[in-house]
Amino acid sequence: MSDCHGCGEATSVLPALSKGPAHAVIAIIGPPNSGKSTLFNRLTGLRQKVANFPGVTVEQHSGRVKLDSGRDALLIDLPGLYSLAARSEDEQITHDVLKGLRPGVPRPDGVLLILDSTNLGRHLLLAAPILDLGLPTLIVLNMADDLSGRGGTVDVAALSQQLGAPVALISATRGDGMGAVMDFLDGADARKKPLIELPVINDIPQCRRWASRISDGAGYHAPAPPYWTRRLDAIFLHPAAGPFIFVLVVVAVFQTIFKAAVPLMFGVKALIDWSGNVVGALLPDSVLRSLLIEGVWQGVGAVVVFLPQILLLFLFIGVLEDSGYLARAALIADRTMAKVGLQGKSFIPLLSAYACAVPPIMSTRTIENKRDRIATIMIAPFMTCSARLPVYTLIIAAFIPDRPILGAFLGMPAAAMIGLYVLGFLMAVITARLLKSSVLKSVRTPFILEMPPYRLPTLRSLALRLIDRAKVFLRRAGTVILGVAIALWILAHLPVKDGKAPPLEASIMGQIGHAVEPAIRPLGFNWKIGVGLITSLAAREVIVGTLGTIYGMEPDAKSEGLQQAIRRDLTLGGAVALLIFFAFAMQCMSTVAVVRRETGSWKWPAAQFAYMTAVAYAGAFVANQLIH
Amino acid sequence: MSITLTTRTFTFILEWMLQLSFKSESGRATATAASLSELRRGEHGVIDRLDLPADQALRLMELGFLPGASVMAALSAPGGDPRVYRVDGSEFALRRETASRLILRAARDVA
Repeated sequence: MSDCHGCGEATSVLPALSKGPAHAVIAIIGPPNSGKSTLFNRLTGLRQKVANFPGVTVEQHSGRVKLDSGRDALLIDLPGLYSLAARSEDEQITHDVLKGLRPGVPRPDGVLLILDSTNLGRHLLLAAPILDLGLPTLIVLNMADDLSGRGGTVDVAALSQQLGAPVALISATRGDGMGAVMDFLDGADARKKPLIELPVINDIPQCRRWASRISDGAGYHAPAPPYWTRRLDAIFLHPAAGPFIFVLVVVAVFQTIFKAAVPLMFGVKALIDWSGNVVGALLPDSVLRSLLIEGVWQGVGAVVVFLPQILLLFLFIGVLEDSGYLARAALIADRTMAKVGLQGKSFIPLLSAYACAVPPIMSTRTIENKRDRIATIMIAPFMTCSARLPVYTLIIAAFIPDRPILGAFLGMPAAAMIGLYVLGFLMAVITARLLKSSVLKSVRTPFILEMPPYRLPTLRSLALRLIDRAKVFLRRAGTVILGVAIALWILAHLPVKDGKAPPLEASIMGQIGHAVEPAIRPLGFNWKIGVGLITSLAAREVIVGTLGTIYGMEPDAKSEGLQQAIRRDLTLGGAVALLIFFAFAMQCMSTVAVVRRETGSWKWPAAQFAYMTAVAYAGAFVANQLIH
Repeated sequence: MSITLTTRTFTFILEWMLQLSFKSESGRATATAASLSELRRGEHGVIDRLDLPADQALRLMELGFLPGASVMAALSAPGGDPRVYRVDGSEFALRRETASRLILRAARDVA
């Protein structure tokens, strides 16, 4: 849900099967929130999303497991589902993969069916259609620690006999009982197909009776209700305290992102400056040194500085998701969503769009109603994604004085930041209203939200997320932003006259900037911002790198740093206009591409881009005129 | 020393908050509720039928909202909508518009 710019490569990329000993292809299936992704991570070590939240995994992810016998097994992690009836798109995907109908995905040789052992009565329901497929299946009962901790029991051998398939009791978070899973993956030849009598799959009451007969026969004792979950819910869903805590959590997250990240950012900045100086000192005064220091170091460095902040944001999102609080937040906020005319399920993608719009746009596949789905896709990019953070931070830090509003708890910069997040959300709400009352009218589908028990997020899972995030961010800094920085530096040094680079204003870059300047002058932007707006069509944070490069080449700006240079060069009206422009504009190629893919035509992304740019321009214009 | 003190204070405040907010949820059956949405917090009811289009009914039945299943109303969002319902050891939040379509058995049939 939270993976951003890696978008393209993070999903549905199955490693090509290499030649050699035959690989067993094993699918992992299970109901939402049964711990599939945790098991997948545990087995593959691949960076894959884990969240204590139903409906997160949408595309199938895959990864290799090294087995003791020296062979490999290819694991495919499938979307969570309650049944095999293909009602929504993610259920369709799972259905197709298991039947071998999905192009590009090999038909599985076996299935790991992962069920929550604390919820066996309900989860066993899925066993019927899965066993009916006739594939060798290992029933994995997860959360064994939770089951025994709450006084529940199950007789694994008896259950195995009842189901005619092997059963393993494990704890994926703690790594208990993984031996049986590895043995199953390794014993490709010894696996046999289950042979038992199954209920009529479409008759749910009958399946249900079958499931309870099986679990009774296996001596299953359901565990006591999760004590801490009940107690915590009494606080978090308290009529008065609940919403208060909700607001408190939101404010605390932003305040911390702003305050706690500052020393870390100074650290990274110092490191970048120091390394730049070291490299600069090693090189003779040449074109190459100018390119490296002014182009690359200033440009890429200006963006890399924001790594601590983005990681902090993802740490918070990770904790909220994995702990199970996000489901409670969705519940508290549902009424607001209903008023806008969106169904509750839209809330989950929209919440996660705070990290990045791309994964939630893909996860809208869980929404059965096509019109609701497109409406959610259309508004997702208005939610303040993490790529806006560098832009916001830079401008806010340059223009908003750091004065306390509520003592030490809330300062003006954090308040401005929250304001921008609210602004994006409000525009999403208005857009949703417009769409739902015109082109995308539809009947409402029911809101069903599972409340998972609270769990302590594991360090392992949080660390995996952050490492993944840092990689994606740095990879982009090393490719797109590096490329733009070099291109800009070259454009800024052409045309060469008498063997000397022209003054900045006369360079090709300056000419391009000046060409667009008339269009953006009403917004209070100068030509340098104009160049930034063009380059940030690729991705929002590129503008920070671009400005870093441009100001890095100005003799007097070089010494004062990017923040001061911008403060001197922009009016307050222009700065606010820039913030509002970035709050609304769709400056992100990845989002355009993914909307094209998910809606199946250029119609929606084109309309979305035009609409968002128009709103951004209008908003920035009004802001600049008012504050003038 | 000071760390232990802080921890103890924290534990104390937490316990106090829990005392305030944790009301006992003794399972009471209701005599009057006609649908799930009319159950008040802590009340039980037994589902008679699901007055919903087939695909929506099936989805809910998969989760345990089956005819004959006992459901308890638990906590809710502020304002009482959506509300969390406890069925078969799991908890699901439903909006009132959905819950009102899950018709309960009359109390005498339940007994």
